[in-house]
Amino acid sequence: MNTIPTFSSMTPEAGLKKAFGMTRPDIIAQINASGLKGRGGAGFPTGVKWNFAASAKADKKYIVCNADEGEPGTFKDRVILQEYADLVFEGMTIAAKAVGAKEGILFLRGEYTYLRPHLEAVLAKRREKKLLGKNVLSADIEFDIRIFMGAGAYICGEETALIECLEGFRGEPRNRPPFPVNTGFLDRPSVVNNVETLAWAACILQEGPEWFKSKGTEKSTGIKIFSISGDCERPGVYEFPLGITVADLLKKVGGTKARAVQIGGASGQCVPASEFQRCIAFEDIPTGGSVIVFGPQRDMLDVLHNFLEFFVDESCGQCTPCRLGNRKLLEGVEMLKAGTCSMAYLRELCALGESMQLSSKCGLGQSSPCAFLSVVKHFRDELMGRTNSLTHA
Amino acid sequence: MLMTERDRVTNEIKALTDKLGHNRTSLVPILQDVKRKYHRIDSFAMQVIADELGIHPVEVHSVASFYSFLGDHVQGKYVIRLCRTISCDMQNKERVARQLENDLDISFGETTKDGKFTLEWANCMGMCDQGPALLVNDRVFTKVTPESVHEILQECRSAFGQHAAERKEVHLV
Amino acid sequence: MPENSTLETSRRAPASQQSQTIAAPANAQAIGGQVTLTIDGQEIKVPLGTTILDAARIVGAHIPTLCHHPDLCVAGVCRICSVEVEGMRTLQAACAFPVTAPIKVKTHTEKVRLARRHIVDLMLSDHYGECYTCRRNNNCELQSLAKEHGVDFFRFGHPEKPTHTIDTSSYSVVRDLNKCVLCRRCVRTCIDLQEVGTIEVVGRSDDSHIKPFMDKPLGEVVCINCGQCINRCPTGALHAQDNTDEVWAAIDNPKKHVVIQTAPSPRAAIGECFGLPAGTPMTFELNTALRRAGFDRVFDTNFTADLTILEEGTELLLRLKKALLLREPAAFPQFTSCSPGWVKYLEHFYPEYIPNLSTAKSPQQMFGAVLKTYYAEKHGIDPKDIVTVALMPCSAKKFECNRPEMDDSGFKDVDYGLTTRELAKMIRESGVNLPDMPKSDFDNPFGTATGSGVIFGATGGVMEAALRTVIELVCGVKVEDLFAHADIMPVRGFEGVRYIELPITAVGPVPDVLKHLFPSWEFLKGATLKVAVAHGTANAKKVMEDIKKGGQFSKCHFIEFMGCPGGCIGGGGQPIPTSPEIRAARAKAIYAEDAAYEIRKSHENPDVARIYSEFLTDGPCGHKSHELLHTHYTPRGKYID
Repeated sequence: MNTIPTFSSMTPEAGLKKAFGMTRPDIIAQINASGLKGRGGAGFPTGVKWNFAASAKADKKYIVCNADEGEPGTFKDRVILQEYADLVFEGMTIAAKAVGAKEGILFLRGEYTYLRPHLEAVLAKRREKKLLGKNVLSADIEFDIRIFMGAGAYICGEETALIECLEGFRGEPRNRPPFPVNTGFLDRPSVVNNVETLAWAACILQEGPEWFKSKGTEKSTGIKIFSISGDCERPGVYEFPLGITVADLLKKVGGTKARAVQIGGASGQCVPASEFQRCIAFEDIPTGGSVIVFGPQRDMLDVLHNFLEFFVDESCGQCTPCRLGNRKLLEGVEMLKAGTCSMAYLRELCALGESMQLSSKCGLGQSSPCAFLSVVKHFRDELMGRTNSLTHA
Repeated sequence: MLMTERDRVTNEIKALTDKLGHNRTSLVPILQDVKRKYHRIDSFAMQVIADELGIHPVEVHSVASFYSFLGDHVQGKYVIRLCRTISCDMQNKERVARQLENDLDISFGETTKDGKFTLEWANCMGMCDQGPALLVNDRVFTKVTPESVHEILQECRSAFGQHAAERKEVHLV
Repeated sequence: MPENSTLETSRRAPASQQSQTIAAPANAQAIGGQVTLTIDGQEIKVPLGTTILDAARIVGAHIPTLCHHPDLCVAGVCRICSVEVEGMRTLQAACAFPVTAPIKVKTHTEKVRLARRHIVDLMLSDHYGECYTCRRNNNCELQSLAKEHGVDFFRFGHPEKPTHTIDTSSYSVVRDLNKCVLCRRCVRTCIDLQEVGTIEVVGRSDDSHIKPFMDKPLGEVVCINCGQCINRCPTGALHAQDNTDEVWAAIDNPKKHVVIQTAPSPRAAIGECFGLPAGTPMTFELNTALRRAGFDRVFDTNFTADLTILEEGTELLLRLKKALLLREPAAFPQFTSCSPGWVKYLEHFYPEYIPNLSTAKSPQQMFGAVLKTYYAEKHGIDPKDIVTVALMPCSAKKFECNRPEMDDSGFKDVDYGLTTRELAKMIRESGVNLPDMPKSDFDNPFGTATGSGVIFGATGGVMEAALRTVIELVCGVKVEDLFAHADIMPVRGFEGVRYIELPITAVGPVPDVLKHLFPSWEFLKGATLKVAVAHGTANAKKVMEDIKKGGQFSKCHFIEFMGCPGGCIGGGGQPIPTSPEIRAARAKAIYAEDAAYEIRKSHENPDVARIYSEFLTDGPCGHKSHELLHTHYTPRGKYID
């Protein structure tokens, strides 16, 4: 299998061995120099995260790999875990060495239970090869990884909700600060990184930060793994350097006829054809890798309806703006589809969407109105005065 | 010695907590195991789990009700979860859904009378490039068509018939 | 790799509902111990980790709150306290944001105002009910927020039909989920503060609701009826059962002789319902108001509080005699039984300790039994025509008076338990402004009360009353000789658990009333009486777990347990709101009342002496008192069907 050529070209354990020959600050310096930012979507600098956890004082620290890939349209972590699990575990081990953690947890979403036997086998093999266990690489370093299965909640992709789930609670995001790097799993410093981030960390240790920085843009360094789905000829997992324009991306996947593209999943933004020259990068359109292509035949209200049903189902329900706001937005879309929404009420809903972005407790409620707002902004002429939901040409 | 049903459940949960730990961190794994084994997490089981972990039964109920894969509702031996999120939606998941309902003669959210099948919706299951996708217990099926629904169900039925005589749990992994 | 962490057992509430605060520096004066921030242009220096909300209060900037409560840990879920912090993309919840850097905060920018307005509008779109028909009309935090934020129409609609049936299954607490705004104060109260664990959030997203286990009716699950959730509910979603209609009907019925007993705690708090500051005692004004409302007699629960001390104290001495003199097994420590919340807590969680619970009824129930026997006989009233009402600070008293075993008088001993809030409503309905009432005394024959009875209302009060009596009856010395003004300070205060040792160095003669039970006190000489006090069931749990482990508290002889934080003054039937300051003010009123009494010790109450000579002639813990004043308990356990 060779889905992700860069990952395939890596030499097993090369990065790990290099890291084990370095001091902790040196490893973090390498990550910092590479400019690697979190690949889950939030884009927090990985080196900074590791450094916080490394400098926190505690009896125990944890490395958590966030494999709760639930964002609609995202499936690259599944492919990475299927084909490059060793690289991910290597990344976790490097992170463990960098921050001084003895325990790693792979939080695998319940929907990926079928991956577990394979992953357990990879872990067993690594233990055999002394890449995990009491003396990793015969050094005086202890680290092991266990797998924790999610139980079906999109919100657990949020790092503090994930920790709540690990601790046996409802997956409800915590108040921040304090952040998990200080007060995470069982109140200990915990690094929560996306699957892809950890894999890149291993690559960076092997190839060096300059190699990584040579790709991508100045603010968004490196390659990103994309999950492409929807109305295109060749959906699947791709690697592209960050900074790629939407138009170029669509060319590669055979989706040039698209009228719009949803970037960053349901919680991302809807980019209309007129803006396809924009770049996919943290400084322009940030993404966790999900790209959903909408062909000319798609009714954007149907799309929005689907997204909002998703959020209404997946909101954890603890904070008011998200619990009730998404419901109101969904009802609004239903009104638009039925042609019963006044312009004044649509404006009210847009204002509500902005309030939700500002006042929700976590990223879910802060980003769930994005699709609504961008569709209203870009496809306004298709929304009002419908006589039934199929009138769109 | 004949044990009552409750004693059996209590002992099994105790064995489970002994294995997984008597801490709250074990709650989700315990609930997952109980659900897998009994196809539901009933009131009594929740109380035993709460007792074993030193928490309140309503906390167990609260956690179970939060996660789509847990919950206290009874499920069939085969839980079919059809993805309803955007990419699968755009690839005609509606027709697959209709056919599942037709072939099983139940609606989404229901369990067949013989207790074999439960039909549920799922949110994005990470098969967006190969939709429509569905999960039967832990096994994933992609590019499902209304025609292939029948085959999938047949496969489950025969696996069930084959193992039922041995009174064993069947997992399609 | 299962985790073995001590955090696991100590932490009950989800971390998302817990105070995830930055630890305050040990020395706030040290460099870095304080931080300067700006709130609406005003600079202020606060200890590191202070929340924006607390800092804003210092500078007088009002930030609205809803899910925040001074008794509870931070939740940060309602988001009404959102404020703008310079440099941050999103608004921050002031209640949950610890200040660790010199930030600039703006509390009412356009964004903030609109977001708050939207939050209130959203809540109203999910809140069924009309304010006129709500018990919390004029005392509702949602209503206040709507007013404060200028809500002039239902921007996102308003439910026209209820979506939940009202749960009236409990004798004490009514749940009306149609009015719930999911602030989770009740959950934090029940799980964190009280550690009873009756209710939690069940379900997810907009299908999440506060429910008892398996969505069963409250009356069928493990609930101790303490009503602390009611006191912390910002809306009318949780309220106490209302029996005022039944009481009015009895008053209106000329055949009925309606008597009311009033407990000290409501008297120290009811003024709050009439706009008076917390801690304004209304005892004697209330007597007048109650007569005007139509009650035939007004009695003081203190009388039976004194009686309780005699009965419970004697019971303790009998247990000591059994253990020390007769060398027979006796259940120690003895637990107090006057708090019905605590009693039910024990029946559910520690049923194996029922033998330790004093068999003496609570003062409320003793009074009921005495009224329908002794009083009825003495005044020639047919007990079936007597309606006994009790004014209590407590919602659990409603359950208690409905316990099937509470009928030793041959009738239901206490017909109705009213909360402070219900009675305030009746007084208002009778057209009386309580603070304007002239003072008047209690009715006889139970007119004399002692300070010991009064202090039952505050945590440690029962213990103090008991100690006053035991010291005098056993040691033969004046309490004043040991404790200035007979104030036994070590048992007072609000610390969750208190422990006191009292060596008995000398003994006095056995008083007449106890002579038939104890030939002499010699067996107590040289013993050290060990007692403890715990309030709030979370603290009770700590003590009980210690006892189970054979720790310090298992060596105690007598432990006072109160179900509610602060004792009865903090009861679930008391005026809303509640806070540590309010409870402290009420306690102060109670201790002030105690200090003003001429007689301050239960055994010196002449009315108590009279009932033993006229009615309970075989003395404390005698046959008759056992029949009327003592009870038994039900091992309930934690498991429900």
